[in-house]
Amino acid sequence: MTLSHQTRRNIVRGLTYLLLIGIAVLVLFPLWSAFTISMLDDAEVASYPPRLAPSHLHLTNFKRALEQAPLLRYLFNSITQSTIVMVGQLVTASLAAFAFAFIDFKGRNIVFLVFLSTLMIPWEATIIPNYLTIQAIGWTDTFQGLSAPFLATAFGTFLLRQFFLTIPKELHDAAVIDGAGNLRFLVTIVLPLARPALGTLAVYSFLQTYNQYLWPLLITNNQDMRTVQIGIALLQDEERFMFNIVMAGVVLILVPTFTLFIAGNRQLIRGLTAGAVKG
Amino acid sequence: MTDQPSQIVRSDNARVFSSSPVGLSGVQRREIKKLLEALLYLSPALIIFTAFVFIPLVRSIWLSTYITDPIGRPVKFVGLLQYQRLFETPVFVNSFKRSLQFVLYTVPITLVLSMILALLGNLRLKRIDVFRMLFSVTIAVSAATASLIFMYLYHPALGMLNYMLSLVGIPAVPWLISEKTALLSVSLTTVWLQLGLNTVILLAGMQGIPEELYESAMIDGANAWHKFRSITVPMLSPTLFFLLIVDTLAAFQTFTQIHVMTSGGPLDSTNVLVFSIYREFYFNGKYGTAAAQSIMLFIIILVLTAIQFGVVEKRVHYE
Repeated sequence: MTLSHQTRRNIVRGLTYLLLIGIAVLVLFPLWSAFTISMLDDAEVASYPPRLAPSHLHLTNFKRALEQAPLLRYLFNSITQSTIVMVGQLVTASLAAFAFAFIDFKGRNIVFLVFLSTLMIPWEATIIPNYLTIQAIGWTDTFQGLSAPFLATAFGTFLLRQFFLTIPKELHDAAVIDGAGNLRFLVTIVLPLARPALGTLAVYSFLQTYNQYLWPLLITNNQDMRTVQIGIALLQDEERFMFNIVMAGVVLILVPTFTLFIAGNRQLIRGLTAGAVKG
Repeated sequence: MTDQPSQIVRSDNARVFSSSPVGLSGVQRREIKKLLEALLYLSPALIIFTAFVFIPLVRSIWLSTYITDPIGRPVKFVGLLQYQRLFETPVFVNSFKRSLQFVLYTVPITLVLSMILALLGNLRLKRIDVFRMLFSVTIAVSAATASLIFMYLYHPALGMLNYMLSLVGIPAVPWLISEKTALLSVSLTTVWLQLGLNTVILLAGMQGIPEELYESAMIDGANAWHKFRSITVPMLSPTLFFLLIVDTLAAFQTFTQIHVMTSGGPLDSTNVLVFSIYREFYFNGKYGTAAAQSIMLFIIILVLTAIQFGVVEKRVHYE
């Protein structure tokens, strides 16, 4: 009743933080569980009630996971595939976005619609012919096969185009007057200025590719060419009752994406939303 | 490359030049040169799109009019028969229903929950950026790993969820084991997985709302709920609509969670469209049937995207 204005505000603030923490705990709970289980020994993981937290740092499950499945090989494959796709998308999207933003050509709207239409064609509607094609040209179990279909991106092109449009036209005019070619202008002026947008696209395409499932499932059969996502699901099939080993594998393959998320969080979020909201 | 001085009015550039009486052929030559140069820049992307999107789409349509041998070679032309059959086979009708159900189970709840997360993340508090990051963490989680984690949480005997329910006196739920709860369980995993991206996009949308709107509402004595209803929601409507469509499309295209957690079972209760397509061609060798199903999916997505464009133009609030 006689609480001062200041005290009441502090109470409200305290309760708000409690709410925020509570919700953060809920969101993180599945990840915390995975981490906890990866630290349990075989007896603990099979005991009831389930543990809410590890009793000690127990790293042998990681060693066992690496022995059960060639997870490092899978990691190498996934990172290689994701890097190829990332670099490919950066190159093709930069070039295309440059044409859309800086070259005034007849039919620009039509080509723009062609790019836009690829967003409306679900990957699943083309996957059977793509699968047959990759088989026919002998690209199953190769990095070409894993990467080639994803080397271009309409979403990324639009993202970069939006950014390129904010670059003052006078810069282009000046470059043209100086006799610099468009390609040189793109490489020496546009791309350095567009670093934030390029960073966003890089993080986004890496995450997307690293987390792919259906395509690598279809076109890799050889153990040596499996990607992490497929590999971890296979590990679960083999070690159905060894949750601690499977979760150690899960934690291991989450490391690259979490690193990227923490490092590129701000950039990813800013760029993604600029592209998404402005359409 | 180009030596024209008037690049400033770019979009009207062509018209300005072609209306000038002198040097028309020079202008045309320049137009062609520009077109060729643009195509050069566009060609890497266009080649990839042609090879892996446009030609395959046409081939899918073509394949859907054939019965194939088990390795995907067309054997017999049957026209639209496969499409007609789709609606007569209970398996496809079931898949279609399951996909719709999955959309209903995942999309609204994802939007509501991520709206709550975004509203909280948008509060003006110290260290709020840490919470924003925690709320969006599932962006970094793949569908395969999320599925594995939830398979443990759902475990009937050892899983955490049934244990926690037992603490508050709720009897064990059969989660993935029963055909009554399996699709719901997969949906719950999916909602969790989608929260990150949805929250991030809503947060960005909220940051785009001009502060003055809230200030003047405060002067008018509006309370929090009133501000939410009359400012936040209308101003966010383009973002919300965007997410509604993106989430719906993602739900229609769900595969990984199904493949890892249930393989379409029990009793086909989680056999959604994309899983059905996969099973038809990869296991049953019915490439034609699978192609027809994939074209149906394409049509669904086309209609949804068309609705998006239509509604966005008409009803959603834009500045």
